[in-house]
Amino acid sequence: MPTTDKIDFKQMPDGRGHFGPYGGMFVAETLMGPLEELREAYAKYLEDPEFLAELDADLQHYVGRPSPIYHAERWSRDLGGAQLLLKREDLNHTGAHKVNNTIGQALLAKRMGKTRIIAETGAGQHGVATATVAARLGLKCIVYMGSVDMARQEANVYRMRLLGAEVAAVQSGSKTLKDALNEAMRDWVTNIDDTFYIIGTVAGPHPYPAMVRDFQSVIGREAREQMQRQTGRLPDALVACVGGGSNAIGLFHPFLDDTAVQIYGVEAAGDGLDTGRHAAPLCAGRAGVLHGNRTYLMEDGDGQIIETHSISAGLDYPGVGPEHAWLKDIGRANYVAVTDDEALAAFHTLTRTEGIIPALESSHALAYAAKLAREMRPEQQILINLSGRGDKDMHTVAAREGIEL
Amino acid sequence: MSRIAGRFEQLKARGRKALIPFVTAGDPNPQVTLPLMHAMAEAGADLIELGVPFSDPMADGPVIQRASERALMHHLTLHQVLDMVRAFREQDDATPVLLMGYLNPIEAMGYAAFAEAAAGAGVDGVLTVDLPPEEGEEFLAEAAKRAIDPIFLLSPTTTRARMQRVCEHASGFIYYVSVKGITGAANLAIDEVAAKVAGIRGLTELPVGVGFGIRDAESARAVAQVADAVIVGSALVTRVEALAERPDAIPGEIAAILASMRKAMDRE
Repeated sequence: MPTTDKIDFKQMPDGRGHFGPYGGMFVAETLMGPLEELREAYAKYLEDPEFLAELDADLQHYVGRPSPIYHAERWSRDLGGAQLLLKREDLNHTGAHKVNNTIGQALLAKRMGKTRIIAETGAGQHGVATATVAARLGLKCIVYMGSVDMARQEANVYRMRLLGAEVAAVQSGSKTLKDALNEAMRDWVTNIDDTFYIIGTVAGPHPYPAMVRDFQSVIGREAREQMQRQTGRLPDALVACVGGGSNAIGLFHPFLDDTAVQIYGVEAAGDGLDTGRHAAPLCAGRAGVLHGNRTYLMEDGDGQIIETHSISAGLDYPGVGPEHAWLKDIGRANYVAVTDDEALAAFHTLTRTEGIIPALESSHALAYAAKLAREMRPEQQILINLSGRGDKDMHTVAAREGIEL
Repeated sequence: MSRIAGRFEQLKARGRKALIPFVTAGDPNPQVTLPLMHAMAEAGADLIELGVPFSDPMADGPVIQRASERALMHHLTLHQVLDMVRAFREQDDATPVLLMGYLNPIEAMGYAAFAEAAAGAGVDGVLTVDLPPEEGEEFLAEAAKRAIDPIFLLSPTTTRARMQRVCEHASGFIYYVSVKGITGAANLAIDEVAAKVAGIRGLTELPVGVGFGIRDAESARAVAQVADAVIVGSALVTRVEALAERPDAIPGEIAAILASMRKAMDRE
């Protein structure tokens, strides 16, 4: 196993998108050309001061960045351990971290002369964030969503339609996020000339995992500076939930060289890792190839992808970003899992003690951070990525408790 | 010489073009596949392309997606697909068999174990849709050890420089995807295909097959006039789907479609 202190994390991935054995470009031939075009355009605009200035201005005035770091004092006191600090991505426009990435990719699409935007969505957060930026830039927008997810997230379907997007129901496979991604890829392959595919997480073929990470890294860059300014030092630990892993890598990446900072990614254990009904490929899956990259997957012994389960639709995905797979193997980050019940308990705790209603996805991070805090001392600090707000989850939580809204 | 190369040489000597049908193994049930393979060979198929079902067939249109789903309802595994080829070889040692599928089932088995088992079963070529040569070094080495031809796709979006690189790694034949899109996509434009195929011929000695968008005897004939092989998939799988409740009728009906294509392709 390589030692982490010799790795230049900023140089990863390699030119063809590899993070060690993970990542890469495992796609059909028809996509190789368009991915190369995207890689070149992205590399060019990443160095373009005008592009970066426009992105920064949008992040400030449209998204509302920087997002604050809030010290959850009451909750910390109740737990009696480390201090818990929240990076408030829930305060972004559209209510989650997703928009950091969709703004970046949409600006890139515009510069590449693409007039049609497509996206996949699970819970609908990435779909809403994509429909939002498409509306603002006057781009045609089609969002693919599994029909099972559409039924679970009716409000977000309506939001996307209000924003002018077409929501296309995906009826194939398990009719959830992974199938929506398959369908978006099929659309892209068919409409390559005028279409830009905005992937919502750090998965997919190169350059998506690196590009989405770069756009989301604004979270960690701000947090690193804010922590030093507000508390005089870096946190002792970072905690973020991991589905595909974009909010997590966005927080983690700028801290990877700070070896004293412990890093925890929290997967969805669903009903429990031992039940098989979960969405925790890093904790309980194995390496394979899906959606254009090699990574840890939920699969059966024959290499077929299996259905996942989580109370949070945003974590309900059988793969995970390849950089997380690599960070796990080299030991730079720890990956753990919490169950639906634990996440739900944390959801209620934060709501009642701090007056902040978190997304169920983020509640997984909160649940693990609470466990971790109890093992740490009050002068230590844990920074949690509060990746989204919980308004979208009202129906799920109510239904779980037998309440009809 | 591999079975695939040998078959193309024979065809060339007789002035004929190859007809390559695609069906998904185990669709609509595992019992149909073996008699269907024999029926296709008898009706004039020169090579047989057998789809290995996968839960997430990203490059396939709805017709072949549903074929995968039907096969997976029977929990069809890659091992079972290889057993089908082994059984086919007991009676037919001449018709080359090519597996087409996605990488993950092969990864799950392991490259070396897969190559050994496939060669042992009598598989001649493997087309892994989501494995471009850039990612395929290890797989290509294992395939070469077992004399399995790696078949690669070229598409309308492939640049000339990439075509050259892909041709260097390919053997058996080159598979040109005639349209931007997924399997079962719209009609092909024969003039554009002819120009592309001519371009590919400048880069390789390998035969060039054309697939995607071939629906009937006339489109098969048109493609046969510009390419070395005609690959027909969704048009057949659509028929299999229509007969899913009467699986005994499938070999005969598919053979009839192929016979009509064969006849149109061979017409003076």
